[in-house]
Amino acid sequence: MSRRESGTASSVDAREVAAFDAKAGAWWDATGVHAPLHRLNPARLGYIRDRIAAHRGRDSLGPQPLAGVRVIDIGCGGGLVTEPMARLGAVVRGIDAGAAAIAVARDHAAGQDLAIDYRVATVEDTAAEGGRFDVVLALEIVEHVADVGAFLAAACAIAADGGLIILSTLNRTWKSYALAIVGAERILRWVPPGTHDWSRFPAPAEIARHLRGHGARVTDVSGLVYDPVRNRWSIGRDTAVNYLLTAAVMRGR
Amino acid sequence: MTKREATCEIAIVGGGLVGLTLGVALANAGFAAVVVDRDPPASHAAPAFDGRASAIALASARALNALGLWRDLAADAQPIDQIRVSDGRSPLFLHYDHRDLGDEPLGHMVENRRLHRALLDRAQGLSADPLPLPLPRGEGERVADARVRSNLPLPLREKVGERGSLRLVNGVTVTGLDQGPHRATLSFADGGTLAARLVCGVDGARSRLRDMAGIAARTWSYRQTGIVCTVSHTEPHRAVAHERFLPAGPFAILPLTGNRASLVWTEREDLAPTLLALPDDEFLAELGSRFGDFLGDLVLEGPRWSYPLSLTLAERYVGDRLVLVGDAAHGIHPIAGQGFNLGLRDVAALAEVLVDGRRVGLEPGDAAQLARYAAWRRSDVLALAAVTDALNRLFSNDLAPLRLARSAGLAAVNQMPALKRIFMRHAMGTVGAVPRLMRGEGL
Repeated sequence: MSRRESGTASSVDAREVAAFDAKAGAWWDATGVHAPLHRLNPARLGYIRDRIAAHRGRDSLGPQPLAGVRVIDIGCGGGLVTEPMARLGAVVRGIDAGAAAIAVARDHAAGQDLAIDYRVATVEDTAAEGGRFDVVLALEIVEHVADVGAFLAAACAIAADGGLIILSTLNRTWKSYALAIVGAERILRWVPPGTHDWSRFPAPAEIARHLRGHGARVTDVSGLVYDPVRNRWSIGRDTAVNYLLTAAVMRGR
Repeated sequence: MTKREATCEIAIVGGGLVGLTLGVALANAGFAAVVVDRDPPASHAAPAFDGRASAIALASARALNALGLWRDLAADAQPIDQIRVSDGRSPLFLHYDHRDLGDEPLGHMVENRRLHRALLDRAQGLSADPLPLPLPRGEGERVADARVRSNLPLPLREKVGERGSLRLVNGVTVTGLDQGPHRATLSFADGGTLAARLVCGVDGARSRLRDMAGIAARTWSYRQTGIVCTVSHTEPHRAVAHERFLPAGPFAILPLTGNRASLVWTEREDLAPTLLALPDDEFLAELGSRFGDFLGDLVLEGPRWSYPLSLTLAERYVGDRLVLVGDAAHGIHPIAGQGFNLGLRDVAALAEVLVDGRRVGLEPGDAAQLARYAAWRRSDVLALAAVTDALNRLFSNDLAPLRLARSAGLAAVNQMPALKRIFMRHAMGTVGAVPRLMRGEGL
């Protein structure tokens, strides 16, 4: 969820890192400040699994649909997505700029008997090391970075040719202002006020333009939609508030 | 005795009908489950253990079929084609006929010991490969699976989609529950322990696991006793079930295979002991005065049983790495014959939630998934508990105005086919947010 200032050039916003690290202990409390993430987790995990399985021609409901797939989870926080990726068979690295988040993630994975390579690092650090992954995940993070263009450039740099970039974020629309800022932060108090800065929410077209510049073509944009009656999230067509985006990396084609 | 520590994916405490069905459902779905029960192996299937029969609603039969259990039960299942509801000796009655809805029967009657036998047979078929599972075996305790002996820890199954397994461990008493951040650990009377990602409390209305988890439950006693026995009769029952509302409470005549019927006779709690102590011929005479002679001569088959009737509702259905299933979550009045059906719906909902979770890489103890189970089941249970409670209060008395209103009400419902169909579909379990298993589908 956050990223740290480091030696290399970085898209990290130091204030955001500090804000997330301050509540790192609550990552795995499904009723705490991260409760909304726990609730929307099954829907976004299903999307990620289906996109990767389809891309690689696998049965997404079969055993270990992600077996052997190299996945990096940027801004992994406590590992809410990182751990499920590992259970689905992927070879996973989780990076976060927040040292407290990585400590929580490592401790939790040990308790779950999962082998996950967690590192305190930024996406730029990883790119500088020459890391390459079949799938680059950037979930609920683009809206928190200081420089979206630099962030996406680094994300593309660590994706293997023929790989996927999957990200989720919030759209910049009147509806997202009403629901994510006024509704979720100020009225429902799902997340603390100030969690999001609406002016930083990127529209899908802006993401697509950045990605295209680095050889990644958007293959899908889907909405992550909340059903207040069933208190559940699902994948839908409405991308006006939360959306998920998949891009295929095809360099030199 | 040396301390034994074992681990598994999902531990089920309570090897009754619902606990075993949960074990079979989870093993079918690819989970590694262990059922622990304090009674000796196979004692539930012995004729002397449980004299009751269960009404299996249509949706429940579909679920049992999807779990591969119905094939073994079909020969022992008596279809119910009609239900006649009457108020005392009043001539007015409510008549449900399966032909109003289609070809399938309204439900089936199956004796509990037959159900238990079929579940045990299925459980043996799902028994894990001979991996060592060290579990406590004190004096007089026996482990169902003789291969289970060594002290090596069983590895937790963390990968998706490996073959599921079911292991039964009998004769162990749970004395403690420790709900940690990654596992819940059961401790047993002889000092052994079993750690699991998720512990399911299926240990009945007076669930000890529920107490250990600090989950409060409210209990209302109806001051009634359910007397249960099986009779054989000389005339055929023609697949008709009868429910009579007598002043002391409902009296149900439920058809079994052959010329036999299971009787559920509700009596005031202070009068029941006297009836139960009567010699056979006098007991049969008391029975006959309520039963009538429309099935010819009656002969008592096997012993009489009695069960105190009460309503127990747990305040919460889930805790940290803990879930309550069946009567441990909700013991309802048996007036509508829905106890086992309700337990099966718990099983189907929990199995679906856990399978959905595993398919996206979540583990069985994931709190958000357990919350989904709790929310799903709570609305269904509260509705049924309220209806059965109200029915019992309405019918368990002999006030003339109420009796007249009841009879008129039953007759009125009988004249309204649409309303009747709604009642019937509810009783058959085919309405609402029905879990996949209850629709007869795979998980």
